[in-house]
Amino acid sequence: MPSLATLVLSDARFPGGGHVHSGGLEEAVARALVTGVGDLGTFLHGRLRTAGLVAASFAAAAAVAAGSAEPCWAALDAELDARTPSAAQRDASRAQGRGTLRAARASWPSPVLDALVAAHPRPHHPLLVGAVVGIAGGDPVEAAQCVAYLAVSGPASAAVRLLGLDPIAVNAAIVAMAPTVDEVVALAVAAADRAPADLPAPGAPMLDLLAQSHVRHHREQVRLFAS
Amino acid sequence: MRPEDHVGHGHGHLVTFDPTETEPDHHDTPPTHGRAVRIGIGGPVGSGKTALVAALARSLADRVRLAVVTNDIYTTEDADFLRRNAVLPPDRVEAVQTGCCPHTAIRDDITANLDAVETLEERFGDLDLVLVESGGDNLTAVFSRGLVDRQIFVVDVAGGDKVPRKGGPGVTTADLLVINKIDLAALVGADLGVMTSDAHRMRGELPVIAQSLVHDPGATDVGEWVLAQVGAVRAAA
Ligand SMILES: Nc1nc2c(ncn2[C@@H]2O[C@H](COP(=O)(O)OP(=O)(O)OP(=O)(O)O)[C@@H](O)[C@H]2O)c(=O)[nH]1
Ligand SMILES: [Mg+2]
Repeated sequence: MPSLATLVLSDARFPGGGHVHSGGLEEAVARALVTGVGDLGTFLHGRLRTAGLVAASFAAAAAVAAGSAEPCWAALDAELDARTPSAAQRDASRAQGRGTLRAARASWPSPVLDALVAAHPRPHHPLLVGAVVGIAGGDPVEAAQCVAYLAVSGPASAAVRLLGLDPIAVNAAIVAMAPTVDEVVALAVAAADRAPADLPAPGAPMLDLLAQSHVRHHREQVRLFAS
Repeated sequence: MRPEDHVGHGHGHLVTFDPTETEPDHHDTPPTHGRAVRIGIGGPVGSGKTALVAALARSLADRVRLAVVTNDIYTTEDADFLRRNAVLPPDRVEAVQTGCCPHTAIRDDITANLDAVETLEERFGDLDLVLVESGGDNLTAVFSRGLVDRQIFVVDVAGGDKVPRKGGPGVTTADLLVINKIDLAALVGADLGVMTSDAHRMRGELPVIAQSLVHDPGATDVGEWVLAQVGAVRAAA
């Protein structure tokens, strides 16, 4: 049974700052790469298998670390940095981590959070999610599920807002991804006990480029999302 | 996970592949000073929020150390306006993106705005006041008490003299209601007497100020109210 912490962290109403991030979707929409529910599904699928798998793996590993005597937060943080070559994406991840930390300190106060923050003042979002799930007694599967789901639900919600898509059709598209979500979660959990350097590292050059050009375009024209 | 697992992988510094990103993360100094008083300025699109911020920035410049956060689609627009008119130095204005939901960013999930306020506090260390201008929104949009200490709701006569009696949390609960652009009342056929008496009826004891930034570019009455609030919040802290 999922812990309440996992449900709360996956809820779009969780006040951790997720609603201002589109995960590259806004830039993809601006370039007409995503125009409707069909190509949104393709975008989400690619995101889930790459950025989603990396995030889910680090969340699962963080859930393990939260319960260990000497968690290697600095190594996890550095390895996730290394898997995120886009500076804009690192910023987006740390901004959501900082927001989640603010809410987590009030809801799940723990020395585990202090240790995580000692490694970096604005920890990466997946590490925060994994740590909170671990603190609340949840297992790595929940942490990975939560983060894999957020990897697609955030951009999907942005698509509803930017393109005026039918939210019922978009919801169905997310649910149709269940087999892929399960696959990604299984890969993430299988790797959760490994050393940080050995966690999965699939790349998504297109998402990296979209993230970078999103930031550049924000200086020239309006962008409504932070990433 | 065993701690020795990561020995030898060289985690001494953060990896960056971006040659332009040479600066270290600038968010690592926790604020050591007192917190600035935070006042939210909300209200419908075009009612005069940015004009009020600009007026306050000018008239209060010598009396408080001030910074501003602007929100949403006109973020760049509003931030640029404040910078261009040299009302505030560029580094005193932070712009926030709200993911198409200006009310969410000031009420339900205030993370992005809190980050902006804290960034300004970290940058200057000695701020008295941070004004947070919301994106233009509807009459139900109010600021969370977790984000601001006080809030001003700005409506204008051009929106019609029915606006105050329509009510909504903005009109009924804001700490100050400003009825702006009263210089236009005659032109748009708005009855100022009806507007102010409706406003008082909807708001009970809460204050209402009617003003025109054309006639009073310094927003004198609102400025006095703001200074009083800064004092009151500081005294209560
Ligand atoms: N006549 C008159 N015009 C005013 C007054 N105050 C503001 N304006 C004008 O009203 C227009 C809108 O003002 P802004 O300050 O941009 O309004 P805003 O509420 O910030 O608008 P958004 O941020 O887009 O929601 C501008 O052209 C201002 O110059 C006033 O008291 N009288
Ligand atoms: Mg404005």
